[in-house]
Amino acid sequence: MEYQQLRTFADSWGLLAMALFFLGILLFAFRPGSRKSADEAAQIPLKDD
Amino acid sequence: MKYGSAIIGTGIAAFFALLAAGLAKDELFASHMGILVIVLIGTVVVLMRRTSFAPQPAVGMSAYMDGPIRYGVIATVFWCVVGLLVGVVIALQLAYPDLNVEPFLSFGRVRPLHTSAVVFAFGGNALIATSFYVVQRTSRARLFGGDLAWFVFWGYQLFIVMAATGYLLGITQGREYAEPEWYVDIWLTIVWVCYLIVFLGTILRRKEPHIYVANWFYLSFIVTVAMLHIVNNLAVPVSITGSKSYSAFAGVQDALTQWWYGHNAVGFFLTAGFLGMMYYFVPKQANRPVYSYRLSIIHFWALIFLYIWAGPHHLHYTALPDWAQTLGMVFSIMLWMPSWGGMINGLMTLSGAWDKIRTDPIIRMMVAAIAFYGMSTFEGPMMSIKAVNSLSHYTDWTIGHVHSGALGWVGMITFGAIYFLVPKLWNRERLYSNRMVSWHFWCATLGIVIYAAVMWVSGIQQGLMWREYDQQGFLVYSFAETVQAMHPYYVVRALGGAVYLLGALIMAWNVTMTILGYQREEQEIGGVMLAPQAAE
Repeated sequence: MEYQQLRTFADSWGLLAMALFFLGILLFAFRPGSRKSADEAAQIPLKDD
Repeated sequence: MKYGSAIIGTGIAAFFALLAAGLAKDELFASHMGILVIVLIGTVVVLMRRTSFAPQPAVGMSAYMDGPIRYGVIATVFWCVVGLLVGVVIALQLAYPDLNVEPFLSFGRVRPLHTSAVVFAFGGNALIATSFYVVQRTSRARLFGGDLAWFVFWGYQLFIVMAATGYLLGITQGREYAEPEWYVDIWLTIVWVCYLIVFLGTILRRKEPHIYVANWFYLSFIVTVAMLHIVNNLAVPVSITGSKSYSAFAGVQDALTQWWYGHNAVGFFLTAGFLGMMYYFVPKQANRPVYSYRLSIIHFWALIFLYIWAGPHHLHYTALPDWAQTLGMVFSIMLWMPSWGGMINGLMTLSGAWDKIRTDPIIRMMVAAIAFYGMSTFEGPMMSIKAVNSLSHYTDWTIGHVHSGALGWVGMITFGAIYFLVPKLWNRERLYSNRMVSWHFWCATLGIVIYAAVMWVSGIQQGLMWREYDQQGFLVYSFAETVQAMHPYYVVRALGGAVYLLGALIMAWNVTMTILGYQREEQEIGGVMLAPQAAE
């Protein structure tokens, strides 16, 4: 693959894919009902040894 | 037979090392392999003296596997003292050049010994030990792979010994934080893949449905370090029995590969891994859940998405294309957000329990660590701005920055984790002495403050002297004059390092006495509680 091809892919589709993935994570983290499951997950270390 | 496969495997390895020493193409390789033979034969002798032919009891699969973690904690404390001591030595070498004992103990050889000893030996052992501890507790599953965890521990110690002896012999790739030559790199790759298998295998057989956030950080550290290590060390050896190799990259590509590795060693080894530590041990010691679990998820993804691009800021004003330099700078500045998000998350975990900073020196240590994390992740992006970098680059300011991160963040969070772990791992009611933890805390803090403050002054002075022109456009100072001007700062820097080392020695004593089962008789800290007064 030529350098220019790689570069063009990286700053178009690659950038878009990563930005959408990250946006997806944000939406997932704040989806309705996530507070409860997050609070449960936060208790994992404290349950016992 | 106890240790059967270990004895046979190590014996065969010793034979091949002897063969390699005999067939060596250069003297350095022969000496290095000679050292390896001695280490391996010594290991075989120790194992054979401790073997037993009685049938071995079956290993209970329900219990956690804590043996390698106990060894890991001891190794962490040991390498901490060694690494810091070597640091003080090279600081004194800079202040008093007569201390350069040629050829084995010259600054050029001892400096990588210091960086590798603190980053990989101290930090690496701390990460391996705590990750094994955390992944078992938060997955509620025994370590995967049986004795593979032991192989990871001892294999990693062998890597450290080979790297360290190689530096002193003068075997080096000349790549910062990746100085070991090709054969040591291959060995580390094998050990690291086994580490990944143990860690991932444990996660896969977890009984807890959710993978706790600390494990995400540890896993990203393990996976990314494997990737960085392999790509950065792609090299062609001159001979299969020779110590020299040449990088697969040339010119600026080589430089960028090195700093892509170098900065992500900071980002994933010294940050992501230790954040995993923070997300487990701070909630445990404070006995409250992390402030915001959802913030920790965003912290994780934002951090790993941004860090990987920040490396080019090490190559400002070089042959690296301008767009790449700017990219490195922009991503470094964006890192402010996840870094401070993580810092807030760690600190706010204590909300409602702030009095623990007064009464619990371990919490105080962890809070100081997080505060230093916030400070150095503010300073770093600032220094990556090209205009600032034109003053700070190549000066002692960079050294000061690195040490406020390494001594402050990495060191203090690890000390906190060690103080938490030792009584747990050896079933002691408490540490030998809580007051000694407090002494350690103040020595460490004072040491860092001296070190960082002196390096700021020295670095900025150095940068200003280098760029000082007279009216005709000539440089005002020769390089040697700027070196001479640094002398007082270098003396004080060594003092700061020595105070930090003193704190580590107090820890070593405290940990040893705790393991031996002693308890120091002492007054509790912060025993006096003021009764709340009604508002007038």
